Amino acid sequence: MNFDFSDDQKFLKTEARKFLAANCPTSRVRKVIDDPTVSWDPELWASVAAQGWLGAAIPEAYGGLGLGHLELCVIAEELGRVVAPIPFASTVYILAEAILLAGTEAQKTALLPEIASGARIGCLATSEGPGVTTDATLKATVVAGKLTGVKIPVTDGGIAHTAIVLAKEGGRAGLYLVDLTGPGVAREGLETLDPSRDAARLTFSNAPATPLGGAGEGLALLEQVMDRAAVLLAFEQTGGADRALEMAKDYALERYAFGRTIASYQAIKHKLADMYVKNELARSNAYYGAWALNTSAPEIPVAASAARIAASEAYWFASKENIQTHGGIGFTWAVDCHLHYRRSRQLSLTAGAPRLWKERLVSHLERRNTAA
Amino acid sequence: MDFNDSSEEATYRQQVRTWLDANAPKSRAAADDGEGAGDLTAARAWQAKKAAAGYACITWPQAWGGQGGTPIQSVIFSAEEARYPIPGNPFQIGLGMCVPTVMNFADEATKSRFAAPAIRGDEIWCQLFSEPSGGSDVAAARTKAELAADGSGDWIINGQKVWTTGAQFCDYGIVIVRTDPNVPKHKGLTMFWIDMKSPGIEVRPIHQMSGGSGFNEVFFTDVRVKDSQRLGAVGDGWKVSLVTLMNERLAVGGATGMGWSQFMEAARDIPGMEGQSALKDHAVREKLADWYVQAEGLRHARNRTMTALSKGQTPGPESSIGKIVSAVQMQDLANSALEMLDQYGIINDPDLAPQDGGFQSSVMFAPGLRIAGGTDEILKNIIAERVLGLPGDIRVDKDVAFKDMPTGR
Repeated sequence: MNFDFSDDQKFLKTEARKFLAANCPTSRVRKVIDDPTVSWDPELWASVAAQGWLGAAIPEAYGGLGLGHLELCVIAEELGRVVAPIPFASTVYILAEAILLAGTEAQKTALLPEIASGARIGCLATSEGPGVTTDATLKATVVAGKLTGVKIPVTDGGIAHTAIVLAKEGGRAGLYLVDLTGPGVAREGLETLDPSRDAARLTFSNAPATPLGGAGEGLALLEQVMDRAAVLLAFEQTGGADRALEMAKDYALERYAFGRTIASYQAIKHKLADMYVKNELARSNAYYGAWALNTSAPEIPVAASAARIAASEAYWFASKENIQTHGGIGFTWAVDCHLHYRRSRQLSLTAGAPRLWKERLVSHLERRNTAA
Repeated sequence: MDFNDSSEEATYRQQVRTWLDANAPKSRAAADDGEGAGDLTAARAWQAKKAAAGYACITWPQAWGGQGGTPIQSVIFSAEEARYPIPGNPFQIGLGMCVPTVMNFADEATKSRFAAPAIRGDEIWCQLFSEPSGGSDVAAARTKAELAADGSGDWIINGQKVWTTGAQFCDYGIVIVRTDPNVPKHKGLTMFWIDMKSPGIEVRPIHQMSGGSGFNEVFFTDVRVKDSQRLGAVGDGWKVSLVTLMNERLAVGGATGMGWSQFMEAARDIPGMEGQSALKDHAVREKLADWYVQAEGLRHARNRTMTALSKGQTPGPESSIGKIVSAVQMQDLANSALEMLDQYGIINDPDLAPQDGGFQSSVMFAPGLRIAGGTDEILKNIIAERVLGLPGDIRVDKDVAFKDMPTGR
């Protein structure tokens, strides 16, 4: 039994934590949040690129470091802890992974080196309005290589160079790569719950679009992409949840009420113990997801769903109860609690809400059960 | 990252499999209730077989009659053993907690007298800690031991213990008693081993709310024990008990019973809200997902613990979350199954209820599981204090002589 990260991977984690402590203190996050004209931190992006993290799991042949997904998992966890205001997930977990999964050799050669260098930012454009976007509701269409439709919200849509767009061609859903710097693309920034991440409405009017993966395979491919992204996002969420617990613990130990630290009251101790339990369940599920992802195991859909559900629950709980533990000061703009509360909403909602993943998990369990 | 055995582990597992294949029982005795008390003869026979082959007390030092093996070997053996219809294990508390305490604190003669029969299963031990006045607060024990008036140096024990697992068939036990009421509660306790057949000991089964009687009350009336039965110094009973309880986490196994897969199986066959299978009800599916995720979280937390053991490291605190999650889940999951059955859910007849009435018995047993081996609340305190480093509760009885402590009824 060797269900743990290697010493090298743990070393990378330690180094990543040190690097982000120096380069991404919450004062940096606040610069993004406090300035309505800014939606990300390009300087941090450049320094993260210089670390090689953007290409950690991209093969060396395409300009990456050629490490595995386990390395990406430890980086993700550290980025989650510091609420990093950069399009890492959109670019690395989604665009790069999707191209590695389904891209043609030409797409890989053209895009992956630029992703690894930080020159190309990605985004995923699926949602078209309130509620779940399904095959039945999908309106965006591609005709003769030209995309028309509206996508809202698109995380990092305002700053990305390349979008993966879900659209129909001949009545069948597919994924398409669209150059957002090209013709036929209008972007409009959106006000969201988490201003530390960019978001936009993208309006396409006959924008040139090239297929990613086979025609009509869009929904199946999207599921594959999202499974992989879900594992990595689960590490971000777990990192954030652990940080929220630490914040609550540190504050409870220094805050006095009724003549003693609030950490000495069982109401607080038990709340923090509940956070710890949820975080450990999330971490353990995320580890299994990491194993499945790294070995391309057939268990990926089930493992990713479980990781996603547990991490979403843990981060939500830790971020809201962190505010509660802080009391009034936790409800102020000046204290960092809301950064995690906001990010927990961003991460839970933009890659499929937990209830969708629960449905997906049970569907897979049903199938597995019937097959067995 | 993988789930594979190391080469030593693989060799050991193969050796265990070969032995089990030749020696493990092929069917479970009808009388066995799976909790150990059902068929003591079968349990003893299996224990003796394991002891003879070196598969009992694998991690005990060789000086105690153990194998000097590693925790991971013990885990491997248990996992492989569980694949066979083996009898229940009434030796767990004794071998996991009581006898190690004896081996740590008794004199050489006592140690050599007790180790081998315990390992073989000839003699079974129980742990007499909880009292009617102290469950979570074990140090509030009132059962007292006083020096005999005849100047023999013997001790006379009077009082009552409660929730003693297996007392009805145990041969020996370890008991924590108050020897000095004039000092604060933790300082006036002393530990003894006792012969459960001693005159003055009366064992009465407790009729549990779940209907069964797996636990007992044990009454002590002028029970005489020799000073040589003392484990540790007079007044050091609390420190000795910490050694016992340190082993508890390793001895208390995971909860068994109805889990997500039984729930899913039942849901498939039960009509739901719209006339189709209950497994199609969205509320049912959401809960099923939550339980699966919890169960998987625990399974992989255990895998992380195993990994630490496999590397010869001390497991991290993740191993502390198991009981609290599984006990709460047992109650919620079983209750949801009853709600899914609607009116039929009240039927407790195993011939009529799905899963042989497993959900009904889980609902009735779960309250006990949430209390046994550390209540939910005590476990949360432990996580908060030992894992997160939060301060201990304020103890108003800390510097008060036991006899002056507020006690209520």
